[in-house]
Amino acid sequence: MQHHDIPGTIVYDGAEAQKGYALNAMCYSFNAAANREEFKRDEDAYCTKYGLNDEQRAAIRERNVLKLLAAGGNVYYLAKFAGILNLNVQDLGAQQTGMSVEAFKEKLAAAGR
Amino acid sequence: MAQIVGAIATSHIPAIGKAIAENKQNDPYWKPFFDGYGPALSWLKQARPDVVVMIYNDHGLNFFLDKMPTFAVGAAAQYRSEDEGWGLPVLNSFPGDAALSWHIIEHLVADEFDITSCQDMAVDHGFAVPMNLLFPNAGGKWPVTTVPVSINTVQHPLPTPLRCWKLGRAIGRAIESYPKDLRVVVFGTGGLSHQLDGTRAGFINKKFDLYCLDTIVRDPEALTKLSVIDLVREAGAQGVEFLNWITMRGALLGNVSQIHRNYHIPISNTAGATLVLENRTAAQSQAA
Repeated sequence: MQHHDIPGTIVYDGAEAQKGYALNAMCYSFNAAANREEFKRDEDAYCTKYGLNDEQRAAIRERNVLKLLAAGGNVYYLAKFAGILNLNVQDLGAQQTGMSVEAFKEKLAAAGR
Repeated sequence: MAQIVGAIATSHIPAIGKAIAENKQNDPYWKPFFDGYGPALSWLKQARPDVVVMIYNDHGLNFFLDKMPTFAVGAAAQYRSEDEGWGLPVLNSFPGDAALSWHIIEHLVADEFDITSCQDMAVDHGFAVPMNLLFPNAGGKWPVTTVPVSINTVQHPLPTPLRCWKLGRAIGRAIESYPKDLRVVVFGTGGLSHQLDGTRAGFINKKFDLYCLDTIVRDPEALTKLSVIDLVREAGAQGVEFLNWITMRGALLGNVSQIHRNYHIPISNTAGATLVLENRTAAQSQAA
């Protein structure tokens, strides 16, 4: 892990990429519509097919972004999971920061002032 | 000989592609961002490019963690736009120029950049959104050929700003040694500051972005003193896409002047930015 002191921030390195490989492989498969449909038909079976561990499966079940990240998920692959759920990056930001979506959008706008 | 006439740096987030698909250019939320493209389009029209060299990053369409090249160069007759999983329209394929690609690849490797060459390559929003933004009337018939250069900004260790600057220099030398008379524009895409993940999600740093926008024009080598961790800290975890901009700037070997810039917060979770740079050889500068 590269040393850093940046709060609330993941430096997605080799350790993360090893830990999250199965979860990210599943999310990468969601580029294809047929795979998204297969996941929606039976989420558990799809997680099994990709070999997710218990922590990853629970995070998927709970739609919990911080837990998905803690389980080694990379945000760019997780975004494809979010696509299935019709969540955009403001929804994800609000969930991770514990804010309402409106408050999160206001935080973004405030950065410009 | 091929000539790099200039460069355009631009945001590339998927939300822009969605706004284009939904014709939201004049929507109050989007207007301050899209208005920044008028001068870029005017400049591009008079620049008459034959080729766009696209410096961007893949976000999990063409590359996965199984094989993650630090630098990859496309060498195909065409590059596919594909479903990325969240409903952006798939665009017509982008024409390549395989002969120019192989010329660049040969020069880069001779210059000690051991890049990955790709004869089969899908290009995601990092490539497609800038094409859509800057050729809005193409109607799927892209007026230029393209050479994709993909930089790993997904999995650390990422290449350093200094390495990206040097890669840009080498790309510039490679293009300018190509014997065919081609007018080339380099695009650098992504950024500016943003962070999608972690409890710091929503981080935007206007002060740092404005420093980058100023410095990349007049003193780009100052940016090569930054580390990747500096970029993560100051620009956000995904703001590291600024590496694409540094590479683009490196490819401009002549006298560089700013034609236009726009900066607007927020577009989606990012600071949106556009920068148009003209590149003149010493001889052109004297004649002008």
